[in-house]
Amino acid sequence: MSTTVITESRFSADLKDSTSSSRKFRDKIFLMGLWLATLIGVLTLFFLVLSTLLKGYTRLNLSLITNFPSPFPEDAGIQAAIFGSLWVVVTSGVVSLFIALGSAIYLEEFASQTSRFNRLISINIQTLAGVPSIVFGILGLAFVARGWLDWGFSVGTASAVLTMMVLPVMIVSAREALKAVPSSLREGSYALGATKWQSISKQVLPAAIPGIATGSILGVSRALGESAPLILLGALAYVSSNPSGLSSDYTVLPLVIMKYTQEAQDEFRAVGAAAIIVLLLLLVSLNLLAIVIRDRSRKSW
Amino acid sequence: MNSVATEKVSLQPSGLKARQQRIEVVIKFVLAIIAASGVLITTGVVLALVRPTIDFFQLVGFDEFFLSTEWFPLYEPPDYGVWPLVIGTFTVMLIAVIIAVPGGLAVAFFLSEYASPKVKRILKPLLEILAGVPTVVFGFFALNFIAPNVARKIWVFSDVGFYSALAAGITVGLMILPMMTTLAEDAMAAVPRALVDGAYALGATKREACTGVILQAGLSGIIAAGVIAMSRAIGETTIVLLAAGNTANFSFDPGVPMQTMSSFIGFAGLGDQPTGSTGYMTIFAVGSMLFVITFGLNIFSRRIVTRFREVYE
Repeated sequence: MSTTVITESRFSADLKDSTSSSRKFRDKIFLMGLWLATLIGVLTLFFLVLSTLLKGYTRLNLSLITNFPSPFPEDAGIQAAIFGSLWVVVTSGVVSLFIALGSAIYLEEFASQTSRFNRLISINIQTLAGVPSIVFGILGLAFVARGWLDWGFSVGTASAVLTMMVLPVMIVSAREALKAVPSSLREGSYALGATKWQSISKQVLPAAIPGIATGSILGVSRALGESAPLILLGALAYVSSNPSGLSSDYTVLPLVIMKYTQEAQDEFRAVGAAAIIVLLLLLVSLNLLAIVIRDRSRKSW
Repeated sequence: MNSVATEKVSLQPSGLKARQQRIEVVIKFVLAIIAASGVLITTGVVLALVRPTIDFFQLVGFDEFFLSTEWFPLYEPPDYGVWPLVIGTFTVMLIAVIIAVPGGLAVAFFLSEYASPKVKRILKPLLEILAGVPTVVFGFFALNFIAPNVARKIWVFSDVGFYSALAAGITVGLMILPMMTTLAEDAMAAVPRALVDGAYALGATKREACTGVILQAGLSGIIAAGVIAMSRAIGETTIVLLAAGNTANFSFDPGVPMQTMSSFIGFAGLGDQPTGSTGYMTIFAVGSMLFVITFGLNIFSRRIVTRFREVYE
């Protein structure tokens, strides 16, 4: 970086008329500001990981993931939360993938791009994407946990709410993936006599799978890290058994982290920090998976 | 596919294909229903909020909600003046935006005009990782690092405690920074390269190209990005719930604990309010306010883009 700056100031030094020293000075201050902002971003990540590791490394052992909550911090574990997170994330991931794929296929392949219905749905997805996640918790509290469905504070309720929350992200990425499939593929299929659905299911979808997979992994990682709506849905509790079905009590990793963070005793906060490291490792491996899929299937049409 | 082989001279589809086409009508119908389910969710959000909110205001009244300055809805006797929450929300949002908007803009300038491809290759994944860090982790970070090492050191006007709006706001700002960067980058990428190159050809330095051309030409997109950052900061729950201390203080000093609208909802939800109780309805009343404000901001940001976009070429 510094080399480009030097050559540039040398160049402008030749044009004596147009370059005053105050102009150069302002350039330098500006660049320093940009560096500072970038540094703050990078340092945030650095200190976040470092301070968590320093706090939690004492509890990074096998008992952390095999044990259940305990009144003694050295015995407290997060097994119930890991299984709770798996249940909730897999259920909401599968359901939202199904809905997102259906919506995206309809919007991209069937509906005319200018139709009222299509515009309404697109605007609606944008709106949903901007709704704060805690509001989805309110929706879940009113209609899913109590009210119409009355599922109580259960794995099913949490999955339903997270499904609704990640749906906009999933639909948008599925639409992008379908858009990226060139129309020549569809036209070739039609030319051979295939119907619309035959073309979609046999040609377009297989070609779009990598893009859809990457998008849904990102959606799933959002669901895995989400905490706000589940606070309202009874997940902020010490649960000492793994869920056995959709109607079980549950807790999830982000909420267990929250619970331990709120504890007054420092040893319990260490458990929270260790749980953060587990959560971050899960998220990083999900993202690596997405990157591998993206790189493996990089096709040029 | 078989129908191709048995194609007749007539252009009418063969029996097999006709059957396939009937199936397709059904498929299209089913897909349309799935696509419409998104609208159902939005309707659900509005429906969920409206009824209890009406019930709440029949019980409490607009004047107490909007004119009183005491907020103790879960105590006995309760007070329902929403202003402490509004001020708390505004304070946290302001601190977050002061960090995230100029910061995100600066990182975006750096990435688009200064950084070499090599630096970009390192920086972009780092920002992506930061953007993917769950908010609860940021909440832990706020208490464990930001509050003692940053908030307490930089605020000289008052004594910053363990819980403060300042620590929460700073952390929310850092959390939004990557999103703001991405949005600002997109806005800058929409500025035609010919304009920027023209500025360089006229002898502009990089700073002058950034502030004189890119910032001006991409302003609508950048403002829209800032408004979205505001809306995100207002909606953030977990960080504020953990770091700001859950006391609805009517104060303008960011060094004290505060409560925001969203963190109140989370806090009240912890107590497992029975259906129909006033505490339960309060969640919905504040939720409606939060929804209306964030919804308004999102509409506003979309308007800015469509109304004030400068179209080139």
